Amino acid sequence: MAKSSPVKKAGRSLTWLGVLVVVMVGGLAASVFFSNATWLPKLGLDLQGGTQIILQPVITTGQKVQQQQLDQAVSIIRQRIDASGISESQISTEGANNIVVSIPGTPSAATLNQIQSSAKLDFRPVLVAGAPSTSTVGADGKSTPAPTPDPNLQSTPSVKPTNDSDLAYVTPLLQAQYEAFNCKSPAANSTNVAPANQPLITCESDDSVKYILGPVEVPGQDISNATASLVQSSSGVSTGQWGVNIVFNGAGTAKFATVTTRLNGLTGSQNQFAIVLDGKVISAPATQAVITDGKPQITGNFTQASAQTLADQLKFGALPFSFQQLSRDTISATLGSSQLASGLLAGLIGLVLVVIYTLFQYRLLGLVTVTSLVVAALLTFLAISLMSWHYGYRLSLAGVAGLIVAIGFTADSFIVYFERIRDELRDGRGLESAVEAGWKRAQRTIYASKSTNMLAAIILYVLAAANVKGFAFTLGLTTIIDVLVVVLFTHPTLQLLAKTRFFNSGNAWSGLDPAALGAVYRGAAQFREPVGARRGTIASSSKEAAKRQTIAERKAAELVSSGSSDRKTDGKDS
Amino acid sequence: MASRLTRFGNDLYTGARSYDFVAKRRIWYTIAIVMVIASILIPIVKGGFNFSIEFRGGSQFQITNVSTTAQGPAQKAVASVVPNAVALVTSVNNNGVQVQTNQLTAAQSAQVGDALAKAYNVSTKEVTSSFIGPTWGADVTQQSIQGLIVFLLLAFVAMALYFRTWKMSAAAIISLFHDLIITAGIYALVGFEISPATMIGFLTILGYSLYDTVVVFDKIRENSRQELNLTRRTFAESVNLAVNQTLVRSINTAVVAALPVASILFIGAYVFGAATLRDISLALLIGILVGTYSTIFLAAPMYAHFRQGEPEIRKHDIRVRATRPKAATTTSVAVPAE
Repeated sequence: MAKSSPVKKAGRSLTWLGVLVVVMVGGLAASVFFSNATWLPKLGLDLQGGTQIILQPVITTGQKVQQQQLDQAVSIIRQRIDASGISESQISTEGANNIVVSIPGTPSAATLNQIQSSAKLDFRPVLVAGAPSTSTVGADGKSTPAPTPDPNLQSTPSVKPTNDSDLAYVTPLLQAQYEAFNCKSPAANSTNVAPANQPLITCESDDSVKYILGPVEVPGQDISNATASLVQSSSGVSTGQWGVNIVFNGAGTAKFATVTTRLNGLTGSQNQFAIVLDGKVISAPATQAVITDGKPQITGNFTQASAQTLADQLKFGALPFSFQQLSRDTISATLGSSQLASGLLAGLIGLVLVVIYTLFQYRLLGLVTVTSLVVAALLTFLAISLMSWHYGYRLSLAGVAGLIVAIGFTADSFIVYFERIRDELRDGRGLESAVEAGWKRAQRTIYASKSTNMLAAIILYVLAAANVKGFAFTLGLTTIIDVLVVVLFTHPTLQLLAKTRFFNSGNAWSGLDPAALGAVYRGAAQFREPVGARRGTIASSSKEAAKRQTIAERKAAELVSSGSSDRKTDGKDS
Repeated sequence: MASRLTRFGNDLYTGARSYDFVAKRRIWYTIAIVMVIASILIPIVKGGFNFSIEFRGGSQFQITNVSTTAQGPAQKAVASVVPNAVALVTSVNNNGVQVQTNQLTAAQSAQVGDALAKAYNVSTKEVTSSFIGPTWGADVTQQSIQGLIVFLLLAFVAMALYFRTWKMSAAAIISLFHDLIITAGIYALVGFEISPATMIGFLTILGYSLYDTVVVFDKIRENSRQELNLTRRTFAESVNLAVNQTLVRSINTAVVAALPVASILFIGAYVFGAATLRDISLALLIGILVGTYSTIFLAAPMYAHFRQGEPEIRKHDIRVRATRPKAATTTSVAVPAE
């Protein structure tokens, strides 16, 4: 026997749902066994506790920390943490100087470094580059350690430098300091405080080259965006190396064009352009062309992770200063497990009430709602577990509340759908065609309304910070699952149920009983149409409504219902 | 055998029973305006909202070398000095306790420090206090508001495109603000603290309110698409019928959405004493109820109101009234929409 098309379609939808569940379970199982995932979703700071780090700014003596700088640092650190996942960390100031960062779980060294390093990026021209040795090789072939610079040496250029690449910057004092400069000394690691309009002695980040650099040509503030990507060679083939692509704002683009124009005409070390991050040169490429579009690429010894980290750091701006860890403690949850347990238990009781109510309202059809909710719950659980492994998603108390509200949103899809089917039955359609026609109408409404939720989720996820981002994520996730469930489970199930005798015969317990739905009276609607608008008062019960119907009206209604075959009724465009 | 609500649904669908949501809009407008004004006045009279430590920052006490990290003693110690302060207690490294409270005066701070030392049986030297800044700082608020404004603008445009009239967007957004203001007003009345969880609750309401309106408006769109070609109902009447036809769905959805939230609020917060759940579930419960109410009593009547002046609609309504002279004999013809 050939299967009818709705049944075939229903079978296909249910198969897809099955495939989806199997893939998600498989994915989760694989990541549990082969990676560090867990079966259960990870919990947020408020429910599980985490690590509290107190950061102290690294400042030179006499420098004072302004409140405004501290607030700015908090904001930048928050953006950096948000960029790496949806962990709902808490960042605030403590006392006059410190910043407290509370992160759920145990943060990795990379995460810590990303939070606390200043990420001050400057572009400086190279004046002198050489081996990182601190000794000079004399004419006799013997090397002698460079002497400690004599402070009496000339420290101001004898000729005013004409541009930032002018070697006149290299005064005898600077030359002596350069020769004595030890890349491995502690001092070399804190040179990022050199004034922007002065030359800087520093080293390559792996200490392989020692430099004297000119004043800052393009400051990091002029960066408007940064992304990480694989570097491509001039022929467009990927080199397998990671780089950071920088986009300058207008001012940065103009400055960068001027500098590359000048450097392009120079030779030797002076042709090089140093990219300085927190005082260390991450790379000093030779200038091969004039860059006028303001989009240089930084290459160096990047991995995908370090390129991404640097891109994020550059995008959100440099911290006003670098930080060091003052303390690092494990902290407990503020809410504790008892709160979560009572919340979940209360939610469960609420859910049981929902089940009772839907069964009461929709009879056996209510079971479809309940199973659909169970399927939605399963998908949500799997998705959240996967997300907490892959994106560092953490379930906070607000997240749990969001999931509970999602029950309402999800159930509404079914309610809208069932009500449309009932409307079609009231119009006198058979069950199978009512299911199809009702679905067609309900579908539009469901997509339109879920789109507003999706819009809210996407915009808030992109634009908002911290907790709001977590909320947006939960909303988006549950909306997607909601639509998936109604399309791949609820509708196909109803298509199949419509075939069964129980439902098709309009059993009173099916919830889709045409008699109960007043399908036989359908003609009455046409006669009684203007009734709503003519009434001056609100009818408060059906008894009252019936009372208001005149005998003549009632008789006429019966007449119409028995005689009319007009299927066109209220508010229908079919 | 049909349940009462099913029969009720049948009557609403056919129009056998109908509520005058649209025609009586003056009443609903008046109620809405009074409620909104009250909701704005309440926080002003009560001296503003009660923002939590996450927004304002506060005092932090660190107690080290304790033998127990239980939260109870700290809460009691803080309450003994400042009875209405909310104390957030965290254990640190299994041998320390961290207590955060609202901003205290220097004198209170010293007293709380002493009380905490006594409570945990350590010397006062083990207790340090400092000021802790807000974790939900001005930057977070600013970013969130920016996100909201962008969302509302885009939602306005998206709805205008989908429904092919900006008047639906306008009605939906106005009733959205109505919901938010009233929820905030009730919140201020109850006097609960506004915590980040509450903020998330408000955002959820915003989503729910708009969602609910879109569902009902979609039915109005469906109905009115062809009503204008017929002479059965005036425009206002057809809007009213659509609202009535979706009334059962509105009731069912509101009940289903509100049940778990109400259960968390009453069972979770009051029976089990999970205080933090209280903030968010109260905001959600009020929001769901007000959101459902405003779609029916405010958004739909407003939409009919906004459009009744359009020449096409007016012509249609005149045509409709012309076809029903006899109807006037049964009851007096109340002009459905002026």
